[in-house]
Amino acid sequence: MISELFTTTVLVGILASGFRLATPYLYAALGETFGQRSGVLNLGVEGIMLLGAFAGFYTTLITDNLWLGLLAAIIVGGLMGVAVAFINVTLKAEQGISGIGVFLFGLGMSELLFQKTLGTVETVSGFPDIYIPFLSDIPILGEIFFQQSLLVYIAYIMVPISWFVLNKTTLGLKIRAVGENPEAADSLGVSVTGVRYATQIFGGVMSGVAGASLSIALLNVFQQGMTAGLGFIAVALVYFGGWRPLGVLVGSLIFSMVNALQLWVQVLELPIPSDIAVMMPYVLTILALVIAVQRVRPPSALTKPYERGG
Amino acid sequence: MQSFFSEHPRVWRIFDILLPFLATLAALGVGAVMLMIFDANPIVAYGAMLDGAFGSTNALADTLVKATPLLLVALGICIAFRGGVINIGGEGQLILGALASTVVGLLNPDMPGWQLIPLALLAGFIAGGFWGAIPGLLKAYFNVSEILSTIMMNAIAVQGMNYLLREPLIDPVQLEAASRIPQTARLSAAFDLPRLVPTRLHLGTGLAIIAAILVFIFLWRTVVGYRIRAVGLSPDASRYAGVSVPKHIVLSMLLSGALCGLAGAIQIYGLHHRMFTDGSATGFTGSAGFNGIVVALFGQLHPLGAIPASFLFGALLVGANKLQRVMQVPSSFIVALNGLVVVFVVSADYWRRRLARRREAEMVGEMTAQTEAEVEVVS
Repeated sequence: MISELFTTTVLVGILASGFRLATPYLYAALGETFGQRSGVLNLGVEGIMLLGAFAGFYTTLITDNLWLGLLAAIIVGGLMGVAVAFINVTLKAEQGISGIGVFLFGLGMSELLFQKTLGTVETVSGFPDIYIPFLSDIPILGEIFFQQSLLVYIAYIMVPISWFVLNKTTLGLKIRAVGENPEAADSLGVSVTGVRYATQIFGGVMSGVAGASLSIALLNVFQQGMTAGLGFIAVALVYFGGWRPLGVLVGSLIFSMVNALQLWVQVLELPIPSDIAVMMPYVLTILALVIAVQRVRPPSALTKPYERGG
Repeated sequence: MQSFFSEHPRVWRIFDILLPFLATLAALGVGAVMLMIFDANPIVAYGAMLDGAFGSTNALADTLVKATPLLLVALGICIAFRGGVINIGGEGQLILGALASTVVGLLNPDMPGWQLIPLALLAGFIAGGFWGAIPGLLKAYFNVSEILSTIMMNAIAVQGMNYLLREPLIDPVQLEAASRIPQTARLSAAFDLPRLVPTRLHLGTGLAIIAAILVFIFLWRTVVGYRIRAVGLSPDASRYAGVSVPKHIVLSMLLSGALCGLAGAIQIYGLHHRMFTDGSATGFTGSAGFNGIVVALFGQLHPLGAIPASFLFGALLVGANKLQRVMQVPSSFIVALNGLVVVFVVSADYWRRRLARRREAEMVGEMTAQTEAEVEVVS
């Protein structure tokens, strides 16, 4: 039975869906990377993803326009980012707890809106797969990497862009300074509050897009609680990736591959209970955290609100 | 303003205690706007809420029943918080406690109740403690953020619960039925915690209050409790004083989880009498593992403060249930409202800290003035 897993078709299937399913992890975790590098832990990613997934799906369903759907997810995510920044930066709330509140709000609110507007599960035709000329014709590799939808490609393009912005630009330097030593950054005239608001809004937008990537590109449905813990894993991936975009990419791929494997285990009806299969990514997350934290030190000011002169 | 507060130190305390209430009211205000968007009259809705929570003997009893797990979780959160760790894993610890105690009851159907109930509650206590100790160990010895690990432990507990209730522990009756509802058989009626008939109020509420007193004694009247608080206040100072910081981190997470596990066991033996799942965590826990955190904050992270706080929060939840039934609002409204309350209460702490700082500054100012006066006298 296990040997069924190792036919070429299945392996290519697993790799292709693994590559594709890394998309929501990438958006959410890259956005969260910027936030955490500036010293703010947004634990509410999961809730913002759900709101983004609903906003994107509903707008697409009504207007029949995927781009408006994406825009709606971006706006909702951005607004949630403002709220998160206000709570965590201006009001200096305990970030581990406020994030749970944001999560519960997003979970309840997206479900409430869904029940009031749609009530039943519907589908949209999401972003179509784009076959990259020539590359998509390569056997096996073409099928895995070059027959995906636009949002998948953009997610991967965001990795080098994030790396560049964080490490090679003044903005990136400011973000890192605010996360490592806010007092010093402040004394040099960098607005700690301004930078943190910016990273939180960006993180919110990315979480919104992460949700939309599920509802209008990968799965093309909206269901209650459809993110199923993905947003929380994305936060953990930032730790696992050592707060670096490339590390986040590696982590996202590992996790989505495990997830794809887990889905195929269910499809092939291997004798592993599905509940136990679903459990595996979480067990893996804990193990990954144990290994990752030994290597890299988190940003010094992470979860610590900044008090001038305090 | 300054002189007013320094002349009336009690006003400070009242303000500290009132603040979470004001925050909750503000959250309910936002909830009212949400209701209006959905064409429900918020005044009627919140009227139904009050009626549902306090309107009758049954309503009051339901409020107390709802408050019971919240109080136990909040006590666990108090211990963790005082020890400097944030336990977001109450949901999973509660599920583990409920599962373990249910298994004990299912395996020993013929044991007399007075023997089995303590045994089952102990099993819940231990299972929850085990589930809390793991993130504690990871934090203490591997430096893994307990915020992240407890969230993962929650998810693992939910999947484990779903598996156990769908396969090995499923009610034999359900196994025959086409629906196959994932739940265990009803535990023997001899194991039901004594009730205050004709309401749903059960002995568990009393046990939770006793637990609150014990936790208070533990934290403020024993050496180990003192050490846990010392580690929470200043790990560095504790280390210099020869206190093992990792050991006390593990211990506070273990006790925190154990109290959450006890909450799960009491939910089974006092209220549900069987374990069930709807696939998510909230189906069984009703988010008590998260709400307990808010209750603990309400009660100023004091075990005795958690008693009235849990009562009020229980009223909020029972009232919200009634509101949902009367106004025909989807139950997700309560989840969203719940999230708003968490956010508002945590954020409101800002004003408490701000005033506390001003108060401190004032005291320092007065002392300096006094010293200066004394210096003048001497010279």
